[in-house]
Parts: sequence; C-alpha cells; structure tokens
Amino acid sequence: MTHLLITAATLLDGSRADLRVRDGVIVESGSGLAADGARVIDSDGLQALPGLVDLHTHLREPGSEQSETVLTGTRAAAAGGFTVVHAMANTQPVQDTAGVVEQVASLGAQHGYATVRPVGAVTVGLAGERLSEIGAMAGSRAAVRVFSDDGKCVSDALLLRRALEYVKTFDGVVAQHAQEPRLTEGAQMNEGALSSELGLAGWPAVAEESIIARDVLLAQHVGARLHICHVSTAGSVDIVRWAKARGIDVTAEVTPHHLLLTEQLAATYDPRYKVNPPLRREEDVLALRAALADGTIDVVATDHAPHPVEAKECAWPEAAVGMVGLESALAVVQESMVETGLLDWAGVARVLSTTPARIGRVAGYDAPLAVGSPANITLVDAAARGDFDLARLHGKSVNSPFLGRSLPGRVMAVVHDGRPTVLEGALLPTEEVATA
Amino acid sequence: MRHLLSTRDLDRTTAVRILDIAEDMADVAQRAVPKLPTLRGKTVANLFFEDSTRTRLSFEAAAKRLSAEVITFSAKGSSVSKGESLKDTAQTIAAMGMDAVVLRHSASGAAATLAGSGWIDAAVVNAGDGTHEHPTQGLLDAYSIRKRLHGAASRGRDLDGVRVTIVGDIVHSRVARSNVWLLTTLGAEVSLVAPATLLPGAIDSWPVTASHDLDAAIAAKPDALMMLRVQAERMTSGFFPNEREYAREWGLSAERFARLDADTMVLHPGPMNRGLEISSAAADSARSVVLDQVTNGVSIRMAVLYLVLSGNDGTDA
Repeated sequence: MTHLLITAATLLDGSRADLRVRDGVIVESGSGLAADGARVIDSDGLQALPGLVDLHTHLREPGSEQSETVLTGTRAAAAGGFTVVHAMANTQPVQDTAGVVEQVASLGAQHGYATVRPVGAVTVGLAGERLSEIGAMAGSRAAVRVFSDDGKCVSDALLLRRALEYVKTFDGVVAQHAQEPRLTEGAQMNEGALSSELGLAGWPAVAEESIIARDVLLAQHVGARLHICHVSTAGSVDIVRWAKARGIDVTAEVTPHHLLLTEQLAATYDPRYKVNPPLRREEDVLALRAALADGTIDVVATDHAPHPVEAKECAWPEAAVGMVGLESALAVVQESMVETGLLDWAGVARVLSTTPARIGRVAGYDAPLAVGSPANITLVDAAARGDFDLARLHGKSVNSPFLGRSLPGRVMAVVHDGRPTVLEGALLPTEEVATA
Repeated sequence: MRHLLSTRDLDRTTAVRILDIAEDMADVAQRAVPKLPTLRGKTVANLFFEDSTRTRLSFEAAAKRLSAEVITFSAKGSSVSKGESLKDTAQTIAAMGMDAVVLRHSASGAAATLAGSGWIDAAVVNAGDGTHEHPTQGLLDAYSIRKRLHGAASRGRDLDGVRVTIVGDIVHSRVARSNVWLLTTLGAEVSLVAPATLLPGAIDSWPVTASHDLDAAIAAKPDALMMLRVQAERMTSGFFPNEREYAREWGLSAERFARLDADTMVLHPGPMNRGLEISSAAADSARSVVLDQVTNGVSIRMAVLYLVLSGNDGTDA
C-alpha cells in the first residue's frame, strides 16, 4: 500500500505538523518526520482539512451519461477536495432497488477518486406513491443510509410519516426536498419584486417553509431523524432553529450557491443562474450564513447538478434547473464564510466533512486528521485567489454560475483512503487512481 | 439603438424621440404613396414562436412601408414543432442574412437571451416575451394617449401628470408591464385595478398605485382607462371564479362606461372579449382609441425598425 508523508501542513487548530500515511491510515503526526521511503507531499503553507463529504451530488449515471458519469463526477469531486459523495437517487433507472445502488457504489469504488454513497429513493420511481425497498438498499453492499426523492418533494404527509418511521428501522435518514408542489407549478425564480418585473413565475419562500414546518412536526411526532436539503430562505432558518430548540432531531444543509449568489442574477436571463430552489434575496443569503455559523444549518452540500450545454443554451423558462458545484464548493465556502470571519477552518471541517459524514453514517470521519483515522485529507492553498475558469471544471458539464468570478483558495492535494487523487493542484490520471 | 428589448430601460429622452419619429412615420401614411425608401436592402425576419396575427401584420406593414424585405416565420407547422431550439432557428434565419429579428416568444426573457447570446449579430426587437414585456405595445399606447390629448401639437411632449388606469390581469400581462415602465418614465401617474389574484404580490415595489375597485377608479376620472384582455386559462386555474363574476366586478360594462368622465379615453390592446372585460358600448364609442392603437402601432414599429436598422443613432436602449 501507499506510504505518504505530508510535511508542514497547517492543522485545524492552526498548529503545523507532518502527517505520515501508511496503509490507508494516518499513523504518525509530528514535526521533522523522516521520509523513510515515503512519497512526500510538501504542504508548507497549506491548510489541511479532512476529506470533504458531500451529502448531495447528482452523478447522473445510470441514465444521463451525457451530463455526468460516476467517473467524471468523482473526478470533479476529487478536484474540489471531496473524498465522499452521496449520489442522489434521480437516475434512470431510479436508485430505488438494491441492484442499482450497488452498481453505482461499485463504479465509485472501482474508479477510486471518491467513495460513492448512493442515496436511495424514498418512493418507487420517485413517484411519491409507495415506499421503495428501503430495507433492501440499507442491507445491500451499498449500505444506504440516506433516502431522498430529491428533485421531488415527498408531499403526501402520510407517506412521509411512514417513510420517517420505516427509515428509522435501519438507522437511516430521510432527506427532504422541501417544495410544496402546487405552490410552485411552473416556478422559475424566487417570488418577489424581481420576479414580477421579469415576468418569471415565482417560487415563493412559503412553498419551502410550509413543508419544513410540517416535516419537523412529523419528525417530532414519530421520533425520527429528518434532514432538510438545500435550505434557501431566512424563514426556513427560523423554523429549523425553532425545531432544534424543541429537541427535534433535524439537520439541514445549505448549498454554496445560496451562500454567495442572489436572485438579482436572474435579471440577466442567463440560465446558468436557474436552480431549484432558486437563488433568493440578499437577506436570505445573510441569514443562511449566520445559521451555518451558529450551527442551525449543519452542513454545506453542493447539489452538484450537471447539465449538457444545450439544456442551458435557451430561454430561461425552457432551461434545465441546476448548477455544477463540486469543484467550486470549498472556494465559495471560503469566500462567504471564512473571508467574512464567520467560520474558521475547524468550522469548515465541521460543515463540509465531520457533520455530513455523521448524518450519512460514513465511518472514519469522526476524528479529523487524528492518528488512527483513515487517511482522507485535503490540502488547500488558502492564500491563492483567481478567476474561477473552465480549467477548474473536471466533470462533463460546465454549467457553473461561478465562471469568471474571482474566488479564493485552491485544492492542491487530496488523499482518499490513503491514496492520492490530486497532487500539485492536478488530478492524477484515471489509471493511477483506479483500484481495480 | 441596437435592440429594443423592454421599456424598462428606456429613458424619457429616448422614449419621446421614438414617439416623435413615429409622428413622422404617421405623416408618411397620409401621402399618396405611403412608402419610404429608408430601409431598402435591409431584411427583417419576423420570428413568431407564439401565435399572433395583429402584431405580426403590424410589423410586416411597418417593414414594408420602409421598403425593407420581410420574411415571416411562424412556429406552427415549422421546424419548431419538430423540437428545434430558439438558437438553431435564430441562427438558421441569421444565416440567410437578416438585419433585424422581430421576436415573439412564450418564454419571458427570450428576446434578451437572443440579443445577449452572441448567436446572431442582427438587431433584436422584442414583440412580446412571455409575461415579461411587449415594448412596442407600450410605445403605441403612449403614442395613442399623447395623440388623443395633444393632437397635432404632440411632438416633443411627454405625459407629465396624465393619469392612466390599467384594469385586468396585470400579473400575467406583458402589455401592463411595458406600459407601467414607459408611462411612468414619461411622467404619467399609473394606477392598476385588479382582483388580488391578478396583481403581482410585490406590487409595492412598482411605481404605481393599486386597488381592487373599478367603480372608485372610474369616479376618480382618469385621463385614460386601459382594459386588458382576460385569458380564458386564468379562469380554469382559479384566479377568479367565472366570467360573470369577473365582468360584474372588473368589466367596463355599458353602465360603468356611462359613468365614465366624458374626457376619459378607453384603450384595449386587443383582441377584445366583448361582454367580458369590455362592452361594445365602450369599445365602439367615440372615446375608444382601440382602432387608433392599431393604426399607431404601424407608425411606432416603423420608428423602432428605423432606429435599430439605420445605425446612425449611437445610443443603446
């Protein structure tokens, strides 16, 4: 197995140390460690983070391989500093059986760039009618623990209640895409003054908030865990804060784009800025940042949603919803949370690694960068800054809202389960990373 | 003027200038041969992805009176119904050497997307994009109001202090939007009347007053009353219960029309639903400018095509 020596990296407490990685595990931490035949990763001046864990990724395989595949999506993940991605269930066929989730997980394992944890569909075919084979997926080799109909809301209250109860049986969690469907028919952007001016059908905040309010009460009633995907409004933050204060077992995520971008971008009618839930107002962005800083929102998740060029080269209402985000997530979190003084790097590790791993029941991330932990390490040049350009994108799709924007930080090296996937700021070749 | 995409970003000087050029164009129509050689050698493509007879004919007539070549493309029965995208259709038309594209599209922002995309070099004139804007309609309405108020002395004037009330489905109306921005830019006081379901939720951010009571609006003696067309699909999706109730509350019935101030002009962008939002008594009266609007529409579109195609303007709008 690989023997690595990471030298002079800055740890989460600000101290500097060398880390020795052997057989997939961090075996030694200290200063002036001898190379001893190890491959040395000079990390002088780099910030060490635990490998990042994304709770919300669309890898598109099987079914939409023109947008992304497990290989290209996990390469994008590695380039962005991630070592685990949770692959959402809206593939074709849908990830609603053990066979499909095992296939997706094994493709990830074979390629080696990141651990792929498939998310199981809550309902068969995401149709919102009957529960999928949750037990079979949980018990499969993919060991699914997160269940979501993401893209669609489980809007039927009784069905959601049953899902919350049933998923509890397997120590899983339901990740709800909170969107009241009737209130958002044809919705194109945040509902408000700007949508009324632009003539784009509104997606009102109440369509998200009313579902979250109902769902936290249901979770309390049945004593189950609940995770809220991509919280986007100040009102949602208030409800989650209230629920946590009542002791309800709810966690919430925010996307990088909702931490940095506002609905004003829709005025360009450039479909790169079309996403679901939509970009919101400045006051929502500020409330989301504050909530992430104080722990009301637990994690940042990318909602990486690749689409082919033609799906965005059209009029706004005809365009697909979604943005790619794996490659830009850490930079955007640094820009919106670290540069603003709201989070330190230990906080970044919490919201992008430790907590998402805990929610997804991913083992080995509870003691970041500690001796004895599996070696999942991301090394960032936090002092770098530059325009985010096409060269930074490594998936199949280029629908990033951040292209042309100056962002801080650069992922220089990534170690996944003891093996490097990124060195000197560049992805290692596919053959070198593949485990098969 | 490179493109005309909206009235939102027209300033008062530019707007008055367009109206004044339209006055000149209207004079041409009075001649024995109502035709100018101005745009000889230019080609205008009417790209209509959505059904429209009046706007399309109006743009065709305008282009022809300026001696431009016109080709018209309607989505029905075309390659669009076979799934061709806006980009491909526009590039196909552009490859045939078009100088201007007049675009009608069901998607809000389609004209802005086409103008900003780099797909084509031609000038883009928005002939209605979804529920966003219909700028030439706003311009022809402003022109019609100014003409009715000031007649031959219209040139150079704005609409300072003119009180305009717009009634009906504001939230889905591109005509209402183009009028609100343009009329207020020209100095008019605009008020909107509609049930709350048909007013934008964020109406406070618009430079208008809004209410639900048409009778009160009539009693306030506006200078102009603009009735908007009611789309049948608004009823089926529950914005109001049925035609009878709409007509009773927000229709310009003969009885309401009788109470209207003698000097108040009545506008309607057409096509009219007689008996629903407007009665025949109102539509056919001397105070109605509905047919003037149609005539003026040609003059306005001549002015706009002239400005985007003559290339001697230098200002962006």
